[in-house]
Amino acid sequence: MTSVPGNEKAPIAMELAKKQKAISVAEFFEKNRHMLGFDSLPRCLITCIKEAVDNSLDACEESSILPDIYIRIRKVDERFLSIVIEDNGPGIQKEVLPRVFGKLLYGSRFHAIRQSRGQQGIGISAAVLYSQLTSGRPVRITSKIDPRLPAYMYELKIDTETNEPRIVSERVDEFFTSRGTRIELEMEAAYVRGKQSVLEYLRNTAIVNPHARITLLDPFGEKTTFERASDILPKQPVEIKPHPRGIELGTLLKMLHGTEYEKLSTFLNGEFAKVGGYTADNICREASVDPSMSPRELAKDVEAAKRLIAAFQKIKVMAPPKDCLSPITEDLLKKGVVQNHKVDFIATASRPVNASRGNPFLVEALIAYGGDIDPEGRIDIVRFANRVPLMYQQGACAITHAIERINWKHYNLEQSKNAKLPSGPIMIMVHIASTNVPFTSESKDAVADVPEFMDEIELAVRQAARDLSRFLSEQRKALDARKKIRIFECYTKEVAMALRDLTGRDPAAIEAKFMDVLNKKYTKFVEAPADSAGAATEPVATAPVAPAAPVKKGGK
Amino acid sequence: MAVKKSELIVQRLKSIGDGIIDDVDAGRNPSFDIRTRALSNVHFDEQTGIIRLGDEAQKRYYFNVGQAKKFLQTLLIAKQIKVLLEQEQPALSIRQLFYTLKHDIPGANENTFDEQEESDPLIEDVELMTDALREELNLIATPNGVLSGPMVVEDKTGDVLDFTKMGSAGGAVPPIVEDDYFHIKEMNADYILVVEKYAVWNLLNQSKYWKKNNCLLMTGKGQPARAERRLLARFGEEYDIPIYVFTDMDPWGYYIYSVYKYGSINLAFFSEKAACPRARYLGLSVKDVMNFDMPRSSWIKLNDEDFKRIEEISSYPWFQNDYWQKELADLKKFGYKIEQDALVSKSIEFTANNYLPAKIENKDFMD
Repeated sequence: MTSVPGNEKAPIAMELAKKQKAISVAEFFEKNRHMLGFDSLPRCLITCIKEAVDNSLDACEESSILPDIYIRIRKVDERFLSIVIEDNGPGIQKEVLPRVFGKLLYGSRFHAIRQSRGQQGIGISAAVLYSQLTSGRPVRITSKIDPRLPAYMYELKIDTETNEPRIVSERVDEFFTSRGTRIELEMEAAYVRGKQSVLEYLRNTAIVNPHARITLLDPFGEKTTFERASDILPKQPVEIKPHPRGIELGTLLKMLHGTEYEKLSTFLNGEFAKVGGYTADNICREASVDPSMSPRELAKDVEAAKRLIAAFQKIKVMAPPKDCLSPITEDLLKKGVVQNHKVDFIATASRPVNASRGNPFLVEALIAYGGDIDPEGRIDIVRFANRVPLMYQQGACAITHAIERINWKHYNLEQSKNAKLPSGPIMIMVHIASTNVPFTSESKDAVADVPEFMDEIELAVRQAARDLSRFLSEQRKALDARKKIRIFECYTKEVAMALRDLTGRDPAAIEAKFMDVLNKKYTKFVEAPADSAGAATEPVATAPVAPAAPVKKGGK
Repeated sequence: MAVKKSELIVQRLKSIGDGIIDDVDAGRNPSFDIRTRALSNVHFDEQTGIIRLGDEAQKRYYFNVGQAKKFLQTLLIAKQIKVLLEQEQPALSIRQLFYTLKHDIPGANENTFDEQEESDPLIEDVELMTDALREELNLIATPNGVLSGPMVVEDKTGDVLDFTKMGSAGGAVPPIVEDDYFHIKEMNADYILVVEKYAVWNLLNQSKYWKKNNCLLMTGKGQPARAERRLLARFGEEYDIPIYVFTDMDPWGYYIYSVYKYGSINLAFFSEKAACPRARYLGLSVKDVMNFDMPRSSWIKLNDEDFKRIEEISSYPWFQNDYWQKELADLKKFGYKIEQDALVSKSIEFTANNYLPAKIENKDFMD
């Protein structure tokens, strides 16, 4: 759109340029709140609670506190809910508190290559923003960082133009006694029950955070507590450097350019995880680059950088360190499920650490079968990323897609023709732990179809499915055997009556003799021994049995 | 005599039950010995001229997934026969026996028997186990046969039946033809003629062929049931008069003749009582086509099944003699079959007035 000579008007671009101005992040999200998970009314509630719970769990873990989170939802009127989320975390220092809650993209975890629930520093401030947009009221945040210090209370709003917190009021709160943080907000939202509900979200959160105790008081006054399945805090993930496997060219060039190291070999050694001097030399030789050249020089040679990337894939580099990740571990995953569901069988699998785009990740999978799992309709796929349940967009998620790649008939499960998923009382749980989970959008509903992730998910699920398959075939055999024995018991009654008519002897005695011989000597002729029926249920019996939970009080 | 036999059978059935309980007491898998009723366990006794069952037997076990149901069914049949004999009930048909035993097995979600096809062969097993005939087990198969001719019989009911006065329908062959049920008081026939088909028998009976020729005229309506076979065997044993069998000219007709004469594979154990080695084959035979100038229009082409059956019966030991091998070879070469009924194409009276008298007079028959 350049101006045409002779045209009286000024170039249009100049007119347009006058209208150009920076958009505040807060303003942007005000208009695009659905991108952050604030779309339907039930979802707004879940997202708000999720953001607060994520923060609480992260904060507790960083401070080695066993989390105890209390959530209260009350109806204000038909459209509005009042929400309180309170934790026993470390609290937030008075000086930074307004920005934590009142400024978008403000956070402590964005720059670290380390697994955490929150990453961008958007979540809770988005909830604050949504609350103020719908109710027009400020949110109230009370925090106490030390039992000896008084709690401090802020009422604040976000200035959407400047993306800065605006403090409405502040004071010392004498009544807030214990350490921790309490958020109170009011928003247009709806409390629902069912699969995509706050309760379900909290249940799944409890499963993948077995060290947390979570209590919900719903608008009907019903209290549900998800007790801890474990008193041991997960190991705190450490910050690490990027792993060479799966790193992208752009990232590498940026790193080459920005490094302070003078030599390529020391750069590789110092900026990447698991690259020692020997490996660095091997990589340089494979890429035909001089290990002593300057990284900044190499940054100018894109072809050489590409060779370096290729060498990263080719030279065997030790798997990314696991300590930057916080897997739930198979045992605790199992405990969490057993505590919340009655199931006949559980199989778990845990994959070794892998890397994608320089970020280490690992996949854990669990398959539960039978018990109170609904055998009708769609099977349950429960998805987690960094210990956070993913509640929405199941169909768009790499976890679902990886599960759909599997032919479930090979695992003794039913799968109708053209159906992508198996049918039956099955729950498949997948947890992805990564320093950077590739979500499809900012609302963090679904994991993107990144090949490395897809493959690992598939492998993990297949591994658990193999155990399930074994269980099912044993169960089927035991069931068949029991059925056959049962039929023999019925036959034997008939046989005994016929023998009474033939011989005049007591049928009960005859039947007893037959059953005796059957049990003693001839059980094997029904193929599977009768006592394999007991053995088949063993997997659940060996699963650690935790006290029955959730503990329900009041209501219903 | 008959009462004694039934007591003997009751005793045998009881000892079968005792044997099974002994098996269980000894910790063995309870079983029956079932004699194999197949061609492999059948041999032709040339001396007596009947088909006999061999000694080959199989065990039918209870603690065996594949055999348990059959074991139970066999036992049910055995006990039912015992109960019916003890109660001196009137003879039941094998279908009625099936119904007295068909019930659901509580808890197993299945029936003791679903089809009569399941119980029929097991009845034959029990016959073998007790070494008694079905008739002696107080069971009957529905007979089809009819008779007419100079014979007077006193029935078990006390009625006296004169088979010269049976009208156009003839007198029926009763299910049980043993002497105490079917006592032959008078027999004045010069020979006995067994006709394969009822239609042919009917035509002969209408024209009182039996009166003109002083013979006994009988049909089993195709493949004969046990009663007709047993009756013919009795005639053969008790009366020294010729016995002729007249069937279609095809392998099926030939086989019907052989069943009357030698017995059958499936009921080989029954042959001793139900075979009539003196029976002779009157026709139709391939050479009759020329001798009697059978019109071409009455010929029917042999089909694949017919050829297959010819091969089969050619290999049976009781067809291993020159004239039958020749007959079968001729039939194959000729390529056509001819039904008894087709003789009417010459004239309605041809069978009665020409064919049969000529064959008998010329002794034109095969052994």
